[in-house]
Amino acid sequence: MEHSKVTPREAQRRRLPLEKHRLEDWIGKIYTSVCVVFLIAVIVSIVYFVTSKGVATFAVNGVSLTEFFFGTHWAPDAAEPSFGALPAISGSFMVTLLAALIASPLSIAAALFMTEIVPTFGKRILQPAIELLSGIPSVVYGFIGLTLIVPFLRDHVGGQGIGVGAGALVLSIMILPTITSVAADALASLPRGLREASYALGATRWQTIYRVVLPTVLPALLTGIVLGMARAFGEALAVQMVIGNAPYIPTSLLESASTLTSVITLGMGNTAMGSIQNNALWSMALVLMLMTFVFILIIRLLERRNRV
Amino acid sequence: MTTKTVNTKARTRARNADKIATVIIVALALSIVVILIGLLGFILFRGLGHISWDFLTSKPQTIREGGGIGPPLFNSLYLLVLTMIITIPLGLGGGIYMSEYAKPGKITGFIRLVVEVLSSFPSIVIGLFGLLVFVNTMGMGFSLLAGALALTIFNLPLMVRITEQAFASVPREQKEAGLALGLSKWKIITSIMLPVAIPSLVTGTILAAGRVFGEAAALLFTSGMTTPPLNFSDWNPLHPRSPLNPLRPAETLATHIWKVNSEGLAPDAIQIAAGASAVLVIMVLIFNLLARWGGRTLYRYMTASKRMN
Amino acid sequence: MAMPFSTEDLSVYYGEYQAIKNISLGFPAKTVTALIGPSGCGKSTFLRSLNRMNDEIAGARSTGHIWMDGIDLASPSTDVIKLRQRIGMVWQRPNPFYKSIYENIAFGPRYYGIKNRKKLDEIVETSLRRAALWDEVKDRLKESALSLSGGQQQRLCIARALSVNPQILLLDEPASALDPVSTGKVEELISELKSDLRIVIVTHNMQQAARVSDYTAYFYLGNLVEHGETNKIFTNPEKNSTQEYIMGRFG
Repeated sequence: MEHSKVTPREAQRRRLPLEKHRLEDWIGKIYTSVCVVFLIAVIVSIVYFVTSKGVATFAVNGVSLTEFFFGTHWAPDAAEPSFGALPAISGSFMVTLLAALIASPLSIAAALFMTEIVPTFGKRILQPAIELLSGIPSVVYGFIGLTLIVPFLRDHVGGQGIGVGAGALVLSIMILPTITSVAADALASLPRGLREASYALGATRWQTIYRVVLPTVLPALLTGIVLGMARAFGEALAVQMVIGNAPYIPTSLLESASTLTSVITLGMGNTAMGSIQNNALWSMALVLMLMTFVFILIIRLLERRNRV
Repeated sequence: MTTKTVNTKARTRARNADKIATVIIVALALSIVVILIGLLGFILFRGLGHISWDFLTSKPQTIREGGGIGPPLFNSLYLLVLTMIITIPLGLGGGIYMSEYAKPGKITGFIRLVVEVLSSFPSIVIGLFGLLVFVNTMGMGFSLLAGALALTIFNLPLMVRITEQAFASVPREQKEAGLALGLSKWKIITSIMLPVAIPSLVTGTILAAGRVFGEAAALLFTSGMTTPPLNFSDWNPLHPRSPLNPLRPAETLATHIWKVNSEGLAPDAIQIAAGASAVLVIMVLIFNLLARWGGRTLYRYMTASKRMN
Repeated sequence: MAMPFSTEDLSVYYGEYQAIKNISLGFPAKTVTALIGPSGCGKSTFLRSLNRMNDEIAGARSTGHIWMDGIDLASPSTDVIKLRQRIGMVWQRPNPFYKSIYENIAFGPRYYGIKNRKKLDEIVETSLRRAALWDEVKDRLKESALSLSGGQQQRLCIARALSVNPQILLLDEPASALDPVSTGKVEELISELKSDLRIVIVTHNMQQAARVSDYTAYFYLGNLVEHGETNKIFTNPEKNSTQEYIMGRFG
């Protein structure tokens, strides 16, 4: 059998562009591939630089891992410098968990309200409003925290106002939209039949929500919460503005504290590249990055469960 | 009879639980609405009084009263433009690759993971990376260019996702029509699918632009926290005092708010922060409305019986 | 002797599943061939394999040959894009481009290298006339194609396929989403167009197959059960299953 291509004469007669489409497809493939390669190069170099700089504290400057992760004394500029990052690490975890605790019930209630109780009002008013809320810059949240939440706490609860509690409150407002939109999407994507079957059995709305709807979307709700926590853990300026930045492990919610991000934000401008003080900040960035990986891993596991 | 009574009792209890739960859910949801309106109202109420033409155009003051936000506002807008010039082509390319070229498999899964990881990186880490690579290693110094590159990294995963979704939602029949007509794949993507995808691309891009506009953490150590004296009559990007010079440091509106709040010495620092925050929120509102309106108008333009080319 | 356009032992697989089983079928010039059979019998897959649209489906592959003027279209070395330039296709649901009516027609020819505005105008008019749409749209060529009615959109899609002068036209249930009046127009169109090109049409509608086609091929479970002149297939089929299908549909 002959597998000849279109003869040149034939091609000429039909006035087909001989190689134009090949060239175009070639250009398209190269262009899009270059973009993707760039994307991968960026992530690889971020991981590489953050890791190598972050490890230098231990490998080059000889700070021990135990001191960094369990030491409670952070004094990089002291005559006898000390690099205990536990206050910052625990501060990050504390504000993140507290923020999730405050925001999750509110967000899930909002999502239920939007999808199960008054879908029309929810879709037309609440959803755009929540999208808007997610677009407000973090410095504005920080400013709100500083001028609204901190004075409120100071006047009505006690202490100086700044501290872990203020940080957690600001973060909880910031992650509210994240959790709400993930939860609302999950609820909205449930098959209609699921609810109708429950109603047909004579169940009330709350019974339907509680026994049928929520268990079904639980993995998705958890995904939303973890996404929110990831955002809270990595948020820098809003927290830094209200948490007080004291390098201690607080004993109450009204005490000033610090987080990984707040220490980096304040320290990076005042240390010289390559110094031990600077490298210690990179180690904190490394912890932030590793936690990002952990959050993504959890989300992936939850999504796998969701699919089954 | 007894079972019936039990049933009725259980049902009454269920109905009461239903009522209570509904009330709680509604109360929580409404409290969110109240918080929202309260926050927006607070920001606007606190800030609007301070906004004037003078405030929007004059220079910030370090110690004295009466500073404005002219240069930071300009810097924010200019930085946004620079960032989008870099991000849009890269994001389009990446998103088109994901939607049209990537075959399901390990490599595609890996790229998807990369996009996900990059999009969840704390912006302060991206700022540090920018400081190390763009500012120091590449020698750009604190500059608009370094800031724009950092913001590109910050924004790229979002642009890729927006593009991928926009292309994936183009009806398959459109692609098939192009294929059957003997068009090359790239021609189909650029001439057939892109026009269909444009409305959602525009909406997504404007929303992303709003996010970029308000970002500060990635900029503190890349575009810097100062603005040199600018000569607003010199628009040659190569001149050191030109506002358009991409290699000069630039404090944006968002970083200005942070700076004023944390180390502001001017007696009216709080008022300035309030005014600047209000401007920032108004800009975000504008971006939001523009995105909705723009997408809808474009969609109507593409589908309705208007004259078009 | 191979016909100018025919398949030889054509099989299509989706993964392990064989959707089309060793089909050899010829399509004579200036005729309409109807492909009929119950849903899932493989007639649409067969149609799509003729211009290798199945290439776009992940996991689909084919064996055998598709002959056109002595060239094997199914060969991997054949330039698919060029092949598709010679075979037009129209689907069940009209899919005009999100462009103006004019642009829908002019797009293909312009891509093939015709830049002359006058020439393009001419092609647009001829194609629309051949698709019996010219009179309805000649005053609104600049309007969006999506402003047309479903039946008009479908004829626009036929005009678009004709704009590049194909030798073969593949129609995948072209009238099943249309109202009776539009269906009539499309059927009329098919009968007129066959004087210039060969047409392959997939249809669920037996009356339609009987009305428009010269040859009919009955597919069942990926096999070509029977093929012959439409008259014969509809009045005196050789196989019982063909008769049952046709009668079932009539009854």
